[in-house]
Amino acid sequence: MKYTILVNEGPYQHQAADSAIQFVRAALEKGHEIFRVFFYHDGVNNGTRLTVPPADDRLIQKAWTELAEKHGLDLVICIAAAQRRGIMDADEAKRQGLDANNIAPGFRISGLGQLVEGGIQADRLVVFGD
Amino acid sequence: MSTKNFLFVNRKAPYGTVYALESLEVVLISAAFEQNVSLAFIDDGVYQITKGQNSKGIGMKNFSPTFRALGDYDITKLYVSTESLAERGLTVDDLMELTYEDADDDYAEKPSIILVNREEMAAMMAEQEVILSF
Repeated sequence: MKYTILVNEGPYQHQAADSAIQFVRAALEKGHEIFRVFFYHDGVNNGTRLTVPPADDRLIQKAWTELAEKHGLDLVICIAAAQRRGIMDADEAKRQGLDANNIAPGFRISGLGQLVEGGIQADRLVVFGD
Repeated sequence: MSTKNFLFVNRKAPYGTVYALESLEVVLISAAFEQNVSLAFIDDGVYQITKGQNSKGIGMKNFSPTFRALGDYDITKLYVSTESLAERGLTVDDLMELTYEDADDDYAEKPSIILVNREEMAAMMAEQEVILSF
């Protein structure tokens, strides 16, 4: 089956991102396809490479990046939600005249149309949120 | 691109968190993809479409007028939970008069709000193909 995943909560504050990672891993192990993972609301904070959790805690952003590298996952951060919350790639930072970017490897920033397209293209859209 | 039945489930109050505002942003985008879009309002989500909203005192933008534009985007089915209204002491008279012009009926103005109980809401949800819950 082909899945699109929607993550609506940030890492560590809420378990939604952890559950989404576990769901994606389990689906891939069973031979299912992940069409796209879309990050919305505070979910966009999954895509900053600047998180430094304590040494004994899990590394949520790295888990996403590893999944993207290993399985070619399409990790898409909503641009409107990202701009509100300060998640920037190099191009967007330049466009906004900002002096830094923070997007993690494996993520890309795009529009809400990518979420709607994910709903249309996938057999199931699964929402992880509050 | 194929057309699917999209349902946006709005469960949260319009202010206090950003869910309602950002949900409406996806709703408007989905209209551009020419999908069959419906909205559901349950729990505190029913407050999103109450009339007379004034958010000046809390420094937030009052985005409730945007709901009036949904009809122009061919989003004409707004299902509202009667139990959620009753639990909050609200009636349909507390809601905005949201309407659309029916192109199949000489552009007659018709109400977009459909009051449903939990059983009817569940039956409507069973008809959907993509459900986004905010």
